[in-house]
Amino acid sequence: MSKPIVATTSLAGCFGCHMSILDIDERILDLIELVEFNKSPIDDIKEFTKMCDIGLIEGGCCNSENIHVLKDFRKNCKILVSLGECAIMGGLPALRNGIPIKECLEEAYLNGPSVRENKKRIIPNDDELPMLLDKVYPCHEIVKIDYYLPGCPPSAELIWNALVALVTGDEMKLPYEVVKFD
Amino acid sequence: MSTLIKFKIDGVECMAETGAYVVEAAVENGIFIPTLCNIKGVKPRGSCRVCTVLVNGRPMSACTTPVASGMEVENNIAELNDIRKAIIEALFVEGNHFCPSCEKSGNCELQALAYRFQMMVPRFPFDFPVRDIDASNPKIIKDHNRCILCKRCIRAIKTEDGKSVFAFKKRGRQLEINVDPDLGELFTDELAAKAAEICPVGAILLREKGYEIPIGQRKFDKEPIGSDIEKK
Amino acid sequence: MATNVQNIIEKYNKDKTRLMDILIDVQSEYGYIPKEAIGQIANNLDISHVDVEQTLSFYHFFSEKPTGKYAIYLNDSVVANMMGRQKVKETFEKEAGIKFGEVSPDGQIGLFDTACIGMNDQEPAALINGRVFTNLTPFRVKEIIRDIKGGTVVEDMFTAAYGDGENRNELIKSTVQNNIRKKGPILDDDYTPGIVIWKKLPEMTPEQVIDEVKKSHIRGRGGAGFPTGLKWEFCRKTKGDKKYIFCNADEGEPGTFKDRVILTERPKLLFEGMVIAGYAVGATEGIVYVRHEYTYLKNYLENLLQGARDRNLLGKDIGGIKGFDFDIRIQFGAGAYVCGEESALIESAEGKRGEPRDRPPFPVEKGYLDKPTVVNNVETLCSVVKILLNGPEWYLKFGTKDSAGSKLLSISGDCKYPGVYEVEWGFAVTDILEMVGTDIEDVQAVQVGGPSGSLIGKDEFARTLCFSDLATGGSLIIIGKQRDILNDIVLNFTDFFIDESCGSCSTCRNITHLMKVKLEKILDARGVENDINDLVEWGKILKVSRCGLGQTAGNPILTSIKNFRYLYEEKIQKDKEYDSGFDLAESVKDSCEAVGRIPNLN
Repeated sequence: MSKPIVATTSLAGCFGCHMSILDIDERILDLIELVEFNKSPIDDIKEFTKMCDIGLIEGGCCNSENIHVLKDFRKNCKILVSLGECAIMGGLPALRNGIPIKECLEEAYLNGPSVRENKKRIIPNDDELPMLLDKVYPCHEIVKIDYYLPGCPPSAELIWNALVALVTGDEMKLPYEVVKFD
Repeated sequence: MSTLIKFKIDGVECMAETGAYVVEAAVENGIFIPTLCNIKGVKPRGSCRVCTVLVNGRPMSACTTPVASGMEVENNIAELNDIRKAIIEALFVEGNHFCPSCEKSGNCELQALAYRFQMMVPRFPFDFPVRDIDASNPKIIKDHNRCILCKRCIRAIKTEDGKSVFAFKKRGRQLEINVDPDLGELFTDELAAKAAEICPVGAILLREKGYEIPIGQRKFDKEPIGSDIEKK
Repeated sequence: MATNVQNIIEKYNKDKTRLMDILIDVQSEYGYIPKEAIGQIANNLDISHVDVEQTLSFYHFFSEKPTGKYAIYLNDSVVANMMGRQKVKETFEKEAGIKFGEVSPDGQIGLFDTACIGMNDQEPAALINGRVFTNLTPFRVKEIIRDIKGGTVVEDMFTAAYGDGENRNELIKSTVQNNIRKKGPILDDDYTPGIVIWKKLPEMTPEQVIDEVKKSHIRGRGGAGFPTGLKWEFCRKTKGDKKYIFCNADEGEPGTFKDRVILTERPKLLFEGMVIAGYAVGATEGIVYVRHEYTYLKNYLENLLQGARDRNLLGKDIGGIKGFDFDIRIQFGAGAYVCGEESALIESAEGKRGEPRDRPPFPVEKGYLDKPTVVNNVETLCSVVKILLNGPEWYLKFGTKDSAGSKLLSISGDCKYPGVYEVEWGFAVTDILEMVGTDIEDVQAVQVGGPSGSLIGKDEFARTLCFSDLATGGSLIIIGKQRDILNDIVLNFTDFFIDESCGSCSTCRNITHLMKVKLEKILDARGVENDINDLVEWGKILKVSRCGLGQTAGNPILTSIKNFRYLYEEKIQKDKEYDSGFDLAESVKDSCEAVGRIPNLN
């Protein structure tokens, strides 16, 4: 029997959740026995090469590229999991949600204290760049998400328990100590 | 002289003093009814509705309803627990609750209830309202993003001559907590500390303080809210 | 200014429980409540600044900013829209040169939306500086703005004839129409004011009065239907050095206007009812809490109260009964639907925010100023006079077995003869439609009992009005088949509840709003089957709210799903199981505009 296939991505996140995946320590060897990785920064596969069983999404959606990737994941994964606070509720990137996007851009490129060399006062607008969304969206406000693993980052224990449960079909154990929002 | 009366919670025989509120009476009998806006020693207000129980079949807030002899209270039932969870979820999407960056995380009662009810994600869409942080007061910071309008500060914090320091302003979705510009200036350290202490979330913070207790040692890191009552 | 405000404060003896009256007077004097006045009031009443602000900011008709020399509040309820409000609104905006929610730069005109003002049978209608302008047309609006620009005072801006009956009274002089279409025991012309006080009360003990009321089986007419005699008995039995009788004349339920007609045509009947209630429970003071929208009746009502005092129908030893002292004052509200809830009404009369109290204790134990208090509806108190006059057996002849007596209905919407009808309980909806001159074929739905009631369709028109079937406070809005139920009615009513929520219960504050967001998603053609199911589930959460407003705030959506589910089904996407409602084009619009690029949505 072939191994279940896992894909992962980091959208508007900090890669902290991916670090937490790696934080399962030596069990990573068991994990590799248990599953095969497809599109993921872990193995640097850039595009889906086959249908996957589980997609782990870190980060919410702050731009059009995030939307594109997330929809691609929905299309290519049977189960999608929102991994961490940013995927679940926008997280720290969503702190900008109360500020009009124009103000954000002007602060970042024109008026902010860290702006040095922008004499032509340009806000990047190349067509190749992703377009910013009006706010940062939690993933389930874009596509259907099947499971949620909270935390900033979710603890390695929680990720491990959840992955094993999803792969083996066992009941997901969520001990009180591991499910936290911070 | 007080008299003891008998009543039932989820079929369990309980005893309480006449006039005690259902929530308190439950605690005396080792039963936890989740609460959020309620605080010990201050007149209850029944505004969060988290403590809703069925009293003889009718929904009532347990913090404001006095026990009566022969009363049948339903508390830990699926129907009510789902409503409570929904109420908590609605509070999460109403404000801007960024737990990872909040000073109160781990000691926050809203978060603790979300843990207890295993909220993985709110069922409602996030509102991301635009709200202010008021840092004009010399002793406290009022972060309206995190305020859940439970009225605890309004009810518990008064000046020596009984005047309000905090009060509601506006109504409905525009409702907010207003700090008296004059009386707020006169905050003693003690009163400021009390205000920060009774705030169930991180909406009232003491200036120049934060993250004092390391992760792992905070109030709700290890055990769910209400465990102390249930262990009795 | 300081002197004026000081005079107002002193007029109410620096009494903090009269804060509403103080704010009403200041608002009416200046068109807003200036910042300096807030401080002055706080200092004089010895309360916090924030205490003044919390009351002031709660009520729709108080403002911290100037509202214009002519403050125009145009009703934006369902029926106003049916009757052509849109054109009227546009004309106001065009003629005044400002949008709704704004005040003209010269400070002359302010345009504001307001919830139902109790004129559903003569819409579109507006309040201008407290005066009512009914049956507005674009032409009439042009006249009004022309008059305003010419500096005419509001009282002189009536070009049409005054309304019928007492609306022409020197102290009212209003164009409002009573539109009484059917009379019964309450509206009957055959009534001599004071007859019960003079002829009956002196021969009866308070207990006998309560007994008669109990025997009549009359139940409260506000909607909840609590037995009146029982309420009086509870209050009588509660110990208290002072007791109060409240008349709830806050009628804020959109589509209800029958109390306005009683206050205009039968106020003496109402006052007599309050005196009887006072005698029965041992109260010495009565307060009529009248909604702000009926301020135009103030001088008229206060003059009648003075007349009653002159005739010993109020005051000391009333009706010659030694030691029976009772007087009545009028308390105006300032725009808050929730104050129709009895405990919120009491809070408001105490000068506070209209937040409903936790019950128990009930007002009969701890009401106004924590004293035992009876709160009765206008119609209930009027009925009691006739019950004592003619006896409970006479009263029981009207209505059905479980619902004795008559009921005043406020009927509006798509019908030929909108107005007030006094019918016996037990009337079927079909009878009503016939009575008001509507072909049943033209009717799509009837909103029974206002937004907090239910929206019923044809298959329920055989139902009857009574406490065991269709219980109602008396508002019926007839909705013709040309109407878009979800957009024009359900959404408007849901917005109404969101605007009127006091905000205290997290459920009412949040869930109603969240349901509206979901409804809009469905109306926006982004909905799926699950969204309808979610609405039904979320509606259940509202049921644990403290007061009736919160408990019924979901009813426009819930009852329309129950009776008109197909309207929702028509709007959803059948082929999709999930749709978050996310719109990429919409969400990148602002950022692309900000950097000057054309969105690439492929």
